[in-house]
Amino acid sequence: MAQVKINDLLITGDQTYASIDNSVGRLVLDQKIHKKPWFIMFAIGILGTGLLGVSIAWLLFQGIGIWGNNVPSAWGFDIINFVWWIGIGHAGTLISAILLLLRQQWRNSINRFAEAMTIFAVMCAGLYPLLHTGRPWNAYWLFPYTNILAMWPQFRSPLMWDVFAVSTYFSVSAVFWFVGLIPDFATLRDKSTNRIGKVIFAILSMGWRGSNQHWHRYEQMYLLLAGLSTPLVLSVHSIVSFDFAVSIVPGWNVTVFPPYFVAGAVFAGFAMVITFALPIRKLYKLEHLITDRHMDWMAKILLATGLIVFYGYILEIFFSWYSGNFYEYKLLINTRFTGPYSWAYWMLIFCNGIVPQLFWIQKFRVNPVSLMIVCQAVSVGMWLERFVIIPMSLTNNYLPSSDKMYYPSFWDFAMFLGTMGLFIFLMFLFIRFLPIINIFEVKDLLFKMGGKREIVEEATPAEVK
Amino acid sequence: MGMTNDQEVQQAQSVDSGLTAETKGHDLARMRAALADKKGKTYWRTLEEVADTPEFNRWFDDEFPNRSSIMDIDRRSLLKFMGASLALAGLSGCRGVFLPEDKVVPYVKAPEELVPGKSLYYASSTLLAGYATGVLVEQHEGRPIKFEGNPGHPSSLGALDVFSQAEILNLYDPDRAQNVLQEGEISTWDLFFKEAEKAMTAQKSLKGEGIRILTGAVTSPTFAWAIRKLVRKYPQARVHTYEPAGRAHVHAGMAMVGFNGLTPLFDFTKAKVVVSFDSDFLHPASGPGSLRYARDFSDTRRVIGSTGNMSRLYAVESSVGLVGAMADHRYPVAPSQVYAAALVLAQKLGIQGIPTATIEGAFAAEVDEIVKDLMANARQSIIIAGDQQPAEVHAVVALINERLQNVGNTVSYIPNPEFTFNAPGIDELVLDMAADKVDALLIFGGNPVYDAPADLKFEENLQKVGFSVYHGLYVNETANRVKWSLPGTHSLEEWGDAKAHDGTPTVVQPLIAPLYDGRSALEVLFHLADKPRAGYDIVRDYWKAVGLGQGDFEKAWRRFVHDGMFAAKIEKGAPKAGLNATLPEAKKLNGLEIAFLADPSIYDGRFANNGWLQELPKPLTKLVWDNVILMSPKRAQELNLWTDARATVKTEAGEVLGTVFAIPGHPSDSVTLYLGYGRTAGGTIATTSSDEHGGGFNAYVLRTSKGLAYSQGAVVTPAGGEGRLASTQGHSPLGGNRIPDDRDIIRAGTLAGFLEKGMAALQTGHSMDQEEIKKNNLFPEEIFEWNGAQWGMTIDMNVCSGCNACVTACQAENNISVVGKEQVSKGREMHWIRIDRYYSGDDENPELVWQPVACVHCEKAPCEPVCPVAATVHSHEGLNQMVYNRCVGTRYCSNNCPYKVRRFNYLNFSDNQAQFSNQVQPWKTRVIPGPINSPKDQGIQLLKMLNNPDVTVRGRGVMEKCTYCVQRINEARIEAKKVNKELKDGDVVTACQQACPTQAIVFGNIADPESQVSKLRKDPRSYLLLEELQTRPRTSHLAKLRNPNPALQKVATTTAETH
Repeated sequence: MAQVKINDLLITGDQTYASIDNSVGRLVLDQKIHKKPWFIMFAIGILGTGLLGVSIAWLLFQGIGIWGNNVPSAWGFDIINFVWWIGIGHAGTLISAILLLLRQQWRNSINRFAEAMTIFAVMCAGLYPLLHTGRPWNAYWLFPYTNILAMWPQFRSPLMWDVFAVSTYFSVSAVFWFVGLIPDFATLRDKSTNRIGKVIFAILSMGWRGSNQHWHRYEQMYLLLAGLSTPLVLSVHSIVSFDFAVSIVPGWNVTVFPPYFVAGAVFAGFAMVITFALPIRKLYKLEHLITDRHMDWMAKILLATGLIVFYGYILEIFFSWYSGNFYEYKLLINTRFTGPYSWAYWMLIFCNGIVPQLFWIQKFRVNPVSLMIVCQAVSVGMWLERFVIIPMSLTNNYLPSSDKMYYPSFWDFAMFLGTMGLFIFLMFLFIRFLPIINIFEVKDLLFKMGGKREIVEEATPAEVK
Repeated sequence: MGMTNDQEVQQAQSVDSGLTAETKGHDLARMRAALADKKGKTYWRTLEEVADTPEFNRWFDDEFPNRSSIMDIDRRSLLKFMGASLALAGLSGCRGVFLPEDKVVPYVKAPEELVPGKSLYYASSTLLAGYATGVLVEQHEGRPIKFEGNPGHPSSLGALDVFSQAEILNLYDPDRAQNVLQEGEISTWDLFFKEAEKAMTAQKSLKGEGIRILTGAVTSPTFAWAIRKLVRKYPQARVHTYEPAGRAHVHAGMAMVGFNGLTPLFDFTKAKVVVSFDSDFLHPASGPGSLRYARDFSDTRRVIGSTGNMSRLYAVESSVGLVGAMADHRYPVAPSQVYAAALVLAQKLGIQGIPTATIEGAFAAEVDEIVKDLMANARQSIIIAGDQQPAEVHAVVALINERLQNVGNTVSYIPNPEFTFNAPGIDELVLDMAADKVDALLIFGGNPVYDAPADLKFEENLQKVGFSVYHGLYVNETANRVKWSLPGTHSLEEWGDAKAHDGTPTVVQPLIAPLYDGRSALEVLFHLADKPRAGYDIVRDYWKAVGLGQGDFEKAWRRFVHDGMFAAKIEKGAPKAGLNATLPEAKKLNGLEIAFLADPSIYDGRFANNGWLQELPKPLTKLVWDNVILMSPKRAQELNLWTDARATVKTEAGEVLGTVFAIPGHPSDSVTLYLGYGRTAGGTIATTSSDEHGGGFNAYVLRTSKGLAYSQGAVVTPAGGEGRLASTQGHSPLGGNRIPDDRDIIRAGTLAGFLEKGMAALQTGHSMDQEEIKKNNLFPEEIFEWNGAQWGMTIDMNVCSGCNACVTACQAENNISVVGKEQVSKGREMHWIRIDRYYSGDDENPELVWQPVACVHCEKAPCEPVCPVAATVHSHEGLNQMVYNRCVGTRYCSNNCPYKVRRFNYLNFSDNQAQFSNQVQPWKTRVIPGPINSPKDQGIQLLKMLNNPDVTVRGRGVMEKCTYCVQRINEARIEAKKVNKELKDGDVVTACQQACPTQAIVFGNIADPESQVSKLRKDPRSYLLLEELQTRPRTSHLAKLRNPNPALQKVATTTAETH
C-alpha cells in the first residue's frame, strides 16, 4: 500500500503551554477573530432554527398530519431523523469515554467538540420523539411519575426504555462535558482581559484554582463519569434498535440490530466529527493541534465501523434467505433489491459499503477533499439506512392490501433542515464562546510528548498504534 | 332617608316575605272578602295579589322589587355595586365565546317512553329512485342518528345498503336548500304560493294546457293521488317522470312481450342456476330489491360444514360489478353484445321468432354447457337482465324465463310499483318546452339540468318556461336555472309513503321537525292541487280513503306506522308472454362503446354532497372522490394510456376529460363511465372539482336519449399528463412482485374440491407447519381464564358480495370521520373495516375474492406490548381495547399490527369535517363553535348532531380501530343484567353484522359452544388470518368457494395455467 509522508505527531509546530492557551483561548477571548465565514454559518444556523420554530409551531397547531406519515407507514422522517441524530452523537461519547479509559491520548484535541456535538445532536434528536406523538402535550405520560390515576407507563414497551435511555444519555453527556470544561473555564478566567468575560468564566469555573486537591478530585470525577458513559455508548443505540427489533415487522425483527446500530452510530458520529473538524481547523488555524494523524486514525475507526455495518447488511440478506421467512425474503427482494424505493437501498450500499473502502488507502485518510467526500457519503448513507429500515419496511406488509407508498411532505424536510440549522447554530455559538479544544489536556499531552517540540517532518510508519 | 341600616335590612326582609307581621291576619280576611266578591272563575297568582294590599301593590309596581331604592344606598355601596356590575357585564359579553350559551328548556311533561341516554327506534323508510327500503331509525333524545334495516320489511330483512345508511348524513347536511329562492333571492312560501296561484289561475281557462310536472319515479300512492287531484283540476296538464338511472327500459321491455304495467320479481331462494345479463343485482345502484336479492341469493350459496350445495352463477358483464366478482363463470362483453349473448342463449334454448345473432369469445364457446345446465334446472333457474340494458334485452330475458318454466316458480310478474301518469318521459316534455307550449313547469326532485340526456338541451329549453319551479333538497344545477327554487324536506322530516321493490306499501315517517324552512313535495303539490294541508293528514286521509284496515282504520293505521309497512296482497302473476314487437337485430357497434352506469357510491349524482359516500371506496376500483375512465389494461395499452393518465373521451354528443383507470376484467371493446360527478352546484362537497379534492367529470355530457344505456363510436385520446387518483388499495407503485407469492391469506377453491378434500383443496398458499408452531409455542393454549363471554367474529368470504354496507354501517355507528381525497391519497382513510380485494388469474377475466378485514382482536395482540402508556389493553372478554383518553399517539401499535387495521387521527378530522372542502381554508377551520345552524365556514356544527352519543368522538392525535361495537356489547349486557339473565346468542349484533345483506358476518360468544359464531369458528372452512404469527385472532375467516360447471372447468383450469 502506498505510504504517504504524513506528520505523525499529535501536536506539531513550535508549541509551548502558552501558545496552546493562546491558539485555543483566542477563539473565545479575541472575538475579532470571527470573520465572515463564522457569520455566514451562524446566519445559516439562525435561519434553520427559525425554520425549525415555524415547523414546530405549525405542527403543534395542525397536528402531525402536516407530515407524510400514514397507515402503514406511521413512522417516517420523524423516527429516521431521531435515530440519525442520536447516532451522530455517539462519536462524542465514544471519544470522551471509551478512548479515555483506553488511554488514547490522541483524543485530547478532539474530544471537546465531539462532546459538544453529542449534546447538540441529542437535543435535535430529542425533539422528535416528543413532537412526533399525536398529542405532544401529553407526552409526559411516558415518564413514571406519581399521579392520581395510579397509572404507570407500560414498561414492556421499547419506547418506554427509549425515554430512559435518551434522557440518561443526555444528562450524563451534559455533566461530562461541563466537568471537562471546568479547568479550561479557569484558564479563560485567568486570561480574559474583559471584565464581563472574567465574571462569567469565574462563575463557570466554580472556584477552580488548579490546586493539587482540585486536580485529584477532578481526575476521580472524570474517570467515574467516563465509566458511567462507557456502557451508555453501547446501551443507548442498542435500546434505540429495540424500538424496531422488538416488533414483528419484517425488516425490523432482526437480532443483529443492537451491535449493528451501535457500529452504525459510531460510524455516523465519526463522519460528522471529521465533517466539522476539517473546516474549523482550517478556519481557525488549528492544524497544529488537530493534525493529519488525528484524521488518519479517525478515518480508520470509520473504516472499521463501516465494515461492521456492511457486515450487518450482508447478514440481513443472509438471514432473510436462511430463515425461510417469506415476509423477510419478500421485503428483501420486492422492496429493497427492486421496487420503487430500491434506489435508496442501493445508494445506501454504495455510500456506506463502497465509498468508505477508500480509506484502505492512507492517502485518502489524510486528504481533506477525500475525507470530506467520504464523510458526506457516510452521513447520507446512514440517513438512508434508517429510511430503508423504517418506512421501507413499513410499506411492505403482511397483507398485501395494506401496502402503500410513503411520501414525505414539505414540513418533513422543513423540520429536518430545521434541526440541522439548530445544530449549526449551537455549534457556532460553541465555537465562539467556549474553548473548542480541551486546553489542559492538550497541554498534558504536550508535557507527555516532552514539552516543547521542534518541527518534525520525517516520515514515520503509518501504522502507529 | 332617615332610616338606619338595620331598619333598611328589616324592611327589605319584610318586603321579601310579602307582608309585615302586623298586617298578616288582617290581610287574610281582606283576601277572602275579595275572593268572595269575584264572580265566575278567576285565576290568581298569589294570596297577596288577591288581597290587593298596599304592600303588595308597592311591591308589584316596583320594577326591581327586592332591593332598596337607589337613593337609600350610600356612596360606598353604590360604587361597589357599580364595580361589580361592570365586571359582570364584561363577563356576560363572553357568552358564546368561552361560556356556553344556556338555553335550557325543561320538559313540562316527559315525552312518553323517552329515557335520556337510551335510544328509541321508529319505522320509516329511505327512498332511492322512488323505491322504499324499510328502515328503523335510531333516535337519541329526539335526534335521529342512524338508519338500520327493518327486519320485517321485504326489501331489507334487517340489512341496509350504503345509500340508505348515508341518507342520515344528508339530513344534517349544512348545504341543504334552506330558503325559498326567487331567482336566487331569498323569498317566502307565501309569496311563492301567491305567484303560483296566479300562474295556475291563468291556466284555468286552458284547462291547464301549459302546466307540466316533472318528477322522479313515483311509487308513493299518496303522491300519485295528489297528482291525480291536480290533473282532475287541470285536465290538460301533463305529468312526466324521468329517472336517470331508473327502470324505464325494464318497463319498455315488458311491454314488448305483452306485460304492460308489469315488472319482474325474482325469488332467488329457489334458484339453482342464475344467468345474469349485465345485472348487478347484488349492488343497490343496480336497481330496487338488491338487499333482498343478495340475501336470498347468498342463502343458496351458504355452505355449512362439509356438506352443502351452492347455486351456480353465470354472469355476462359489460363492466365490472359485484355479480361478476361473485360469478362462477364470467363473460366480459361489450355493452351492446349483452343483447347478442341473450339472443344466442335464447336461440340455443329453441325460442322462435327472434333475430339470429352471433357472438365471439368465451360465451359462444361455453353457451352449450350453460344451456344444458339451465335445461337440467328448469323451473329452478333465473335469467336476469340489468336495468340499464335496453328494452329488447329485457324482452328476450322474459322469453327465456318463460321457456325455462321459471315464471311462477322463481320469476313472477307484479304490477309495476312505479306510477306512470298521463305523459311518457322527459323527451316529450323538452319538445313541448322547445315549442313554447309550457307555461308553468313544476319539477319535484331530480336534477334534469344536470342529468337529462345531453341532446335534449334541457337547460336551454328551460329558459323558455315562464313559471318554472324546482322543489328539492339541494340548490343544485336545476334550482339555479328556475324562477322559483323551493327547499324540500328530508324523508326524516316529512310524512309520506312509497312502495318496496315487490310493491309492499311502506310508510315514510318523520322523526324530526324540518331543520330548515322546507316543506315536503306532497304538501306543496297538495297545496297547488287542492288546499294547504299537513303531510300527516294527507297521507292518513289517503289510506283512510282506500280503506286500509277494512273498517278498523285507526288500528290498521297505527300498525302501518308502527311496522313501517303492511303486507299488502300483491298479485304475483305468471302471465303468458307474447312477443308483440319486432326485436331489433343485434349489431356489432363501431368503435369503442361507452357504458354509462350509476356510480356505486354516489348513484346518479344525488349523493354527490355526501361525504360518507364520496369517501366510500368503490367496490372494485377502491377509488374515492372521483369517477374515472374505466377500461381494460389491454385497451389502455393499445391507446398508449395507463392508470392515472389523462385522456379525453369524445363522441358525437360531446367530449369529457378524465383520468384513466385500467381495471382487470373489463371488456376491452368498451369503457365505463360512472355518472354523478362533475357537479357545478349542489353543495360544497358535490362541487369539488380539482385534482386535489376530487369531483371527477360529468359523464352525462356524453349520454343521449338514444344511448341511455351505452353509446358507440367513442374516441379516447391521451390528453397528456397525469391526474391524481385516491384509492384505498393497490393503487401504488408497490404493486410489483418479483418472487413467487404463496402467502396463505386467501383460501379459495371449488365446492367440489372442498367437498372431496376439505380445507386442503382451498389452501393454495404456503403456511407454516401448524403442529410445529404449536409445539414451539411457549404460551398455554387457553390464555383467557374468565368465566364469562368471549367475543369473536366470523366472516364468510364465500357469501360476501363486497357491497360496502358494513363499511358505511361502521362509519355511521362509530362516528368515523370523513377525511377528504387528499388525506385518502396520503393513506389516512379512517374506515375501521375495509374490504380487501384479491384477484387471481389473468387480467382479462380474473377471479376475485373479497376479504373484509377489521381489527381481529388478537388474543396475543402485537399492538399491546409496544404502547408506552398502556393505551391499548385487553379486556377479560377478549376485546383488544383502545383507551382514547390515554393515547398519546406514538403510533407504534399501528406499525406492529400485522393486519394494519389501526387508524390514526393525523389531523383534527372529527372537528373539521369540512377540512376536505375546497372552500374552507385550514386556518379557518378551528373557530369558536357557533350555534348549530351557523354558516358552514364557521365549522360544521350541524353534523355534530349526527354523532352517536354512545361512542367517543376522537380528536386529533389519537389512534382508533374497530371495537367489536363495544357500546352495543355493553348495552346488551346492561339490559341482560337488568332482567337478571345471561346474555343470549344474538343479543349483541355489531353494526357491520347488522347491515350485511348476505349475513356474511356473525358475531357472538365463542366460549359458548352452542353459539352460531362458535360453530362457524369450527367450520371446516374457517381459518385464522396470518395464523403463523400466533397472534390468535378472535375473528376468523371462512374460505371462499366457487361452484363452476364441471363441464366447463377444464376450460377454466387451462386458462389459469396459461397465465
